[in-house]
Amino acid sequence: MDIDWAWIADHRDSLTEHALVHLRLALLPVLFGLLIALPLGVLCRRWGWLYPPALTIANILYAVPSLALFMIFIQYTGLTASTVMIPLTLYSLSVLIPNVVDGLASVSEPVRQAATAMGFGTLRRLMQVELPIAVPVVIAGTRVAAVSSISLVAVGQLIGQGGLGYDIIRGYQLQFQTQIVAATVLIVLLALVTDAILVTVQRLLTPWARARGGAS
Amino acid sequence: MITFEGVTKRYPGGAVALDDVSLDCPTGEITVFVGTSGGGKTTALRAVNRMVEPTSGRVLIDGRDVREQRPAELRRGIGYVIQHAGLFPHRTIEDNIATVPYLLRWNKKKARARALELMERVGLDHSMAKRYPFQLSGGQQQRVGVARALAADPPIMLMDEPFSAVDPVVRAELQDEFLRLQDELHKTIVFVTHDIDEAIKLGDTIAVFRTGGKVAQVDTPENLLAHPADDFVAGFIGQNRGIRTLSFAGTGELRLSDDAVRPVTADAADLTGLDWILVVDEDRRPLGWTRPAQIGGSLSEAPLAPVGPTFRVGSDSVRVALDAAVLSPSGLAVGVDDAGAVVGTAAGSDLLAVPTHGNGAGGTGHGAGSDG
Repeated sequence: MDIDWAWIADHRDSLTEHALVHLRLALLPVLFGLLIALPLGVLCRRWGWLYPPALTIANILYAVPSLALFMIFIQYTGLTASTVMIPLTLYSLSVLIPNVVDGLASVSEPVRQAATAMGFGTLRRLMQVELPIAVPVVIAGTRVAAVSSISLVAVGQLIGQGGLGYDIIRGYQLQFQTQIVAATVLIVLLALVTDAILVTVQRLLTPWARARGGAS
Repeated sequence: MITFEGVTKRYPGGAVALDDVSLDCPTGEITVFVGTSGGGKTTALRAVNRMVEPTSGRVLIDGRDVREQRPAELRRGIGYVIQHAGLFPHRTIEDNIATVPYLLRWNKKKARARALELMERVGLDHSMAKRYPFQLSGGQQQRVGVARALAADPPIMLMDEPFSAVDPVVRAELQDEFLRLQDELHKTIVFVTHDIDEAIKLGDTIAVFRTGGKVAQVDTPENLLAHPADDFVAGFIGQNRGIRTLSFAGTGELRLSDDAVRPVTADAADLTGLDWILVVDEDRRPLGWTRPAQIGGSLSEAPLAPVGPTFRVGSDSVRVALDAAVLSPSGLAVGVDDAGAVVGTAAGSDLLAVPTHGNGAGGTGHGAGSDG
């Protein structure tokens, strides 16, 4: 396999631009997913009956091929970034909802009781005790959602919104391997860097959780 | 004073957790709720801070129905300690302790200063202030739990099996410090345990709960041991209640004998008529037991059997002394003073001659009197 290094050097700018678009298309949906999954997870935890149907719906959505979802949303949002980001947001829910629920469930009963007995109201307990303790588990889910979203975005190029997916399809059309390899490597790098950043964020946010995995 | 007035808790489905419980928890004293699991003792405890709402009857604090206050407000004025400490894993030790002060909107500086003060109180080093709970041992976590409950200086403390999850050595340590702390603070404490020994050690008053949420007896530990109200209470206290009664008899006025005590430098010649000799060093610290028959010349060369456990004259109870007598090779309990020097010895039969309150009509003070 021959890599045309000169082409890569010449196209640094466009590759960078595609990478940034790629990140935006991939990560905004994860952020929206979190904004939906957090309250939904809290409700699922509060009313247990809500959880099975919520999870089933999220999983069914995840099973629908992205292409089919694009075709559905294209009728409403056209060939725009939204048409890619809405399905990705829905996909992220199947990982994020269970993680929010598990994260809240990781708050031990003595801790919950102690909080109540100290005089925390329901909302204050949620914000100051339960959600902070859920953070490590929620971030673990966010890592999975972010990495899979970064790899999924490329498919969006089928409707002209794919970030680095453009370079993969273009490279295929031109039978130009360098462009395909460069875009693929960049996508993997983006995923690795994003993951590393999330791990760092988790460490900084939850210094208290560091020994948990190792010790027990 | 906390007053239970005919408190009943019936759960949907008919299970009765508390059945017409009426009792008083006097101000400044420790009231222990003890009983088998399912006896309702924890339910009763939680009725005080409204974590359980009674089906009927009421709980009063200093004559005021607890339902007059919003639950969150009421709870901020009542300390609460539970079995596994229930520390917030995401907060540092000082912030855990300052939880209620923060809820009461103290400023951060004052709250943290209070946390440090309390760490000292419960025997935690200041260097732990910035650590997280997972970095502490179980016993240390429990101390933090106690400090957290004390943070806003509530007049009432509810303690639900606070020392059950730590090993016996640490438990005894925590119990002793808890009593020392209570001597300074005089909180009104409700303490739940399933361990009758713990109840006897800590309680000023003990309420025995039986299955079905009924209170079988409310009494002082001495009276409970001496006069159990019924077979259930007698059975719960167990086979050893006679021996346990000795926990309330002090050793301060025991008459100890010096007959068997000899310095290591003593002449072996005048040892006739003694079964066992306790050999002591120049500071009267016990070195070991020996028998005259084993001595061939000087005491310093005699083969010595280990001293075994000793009891501290004055501070240890007759029960401890009796234990020392049983375990001693000579059958004599060795009493020592605070410096560890031998005061004298006593035989098991001497120890049992000490009158205990449990045998009598039931006084409340400790330290049995014996006169000659």
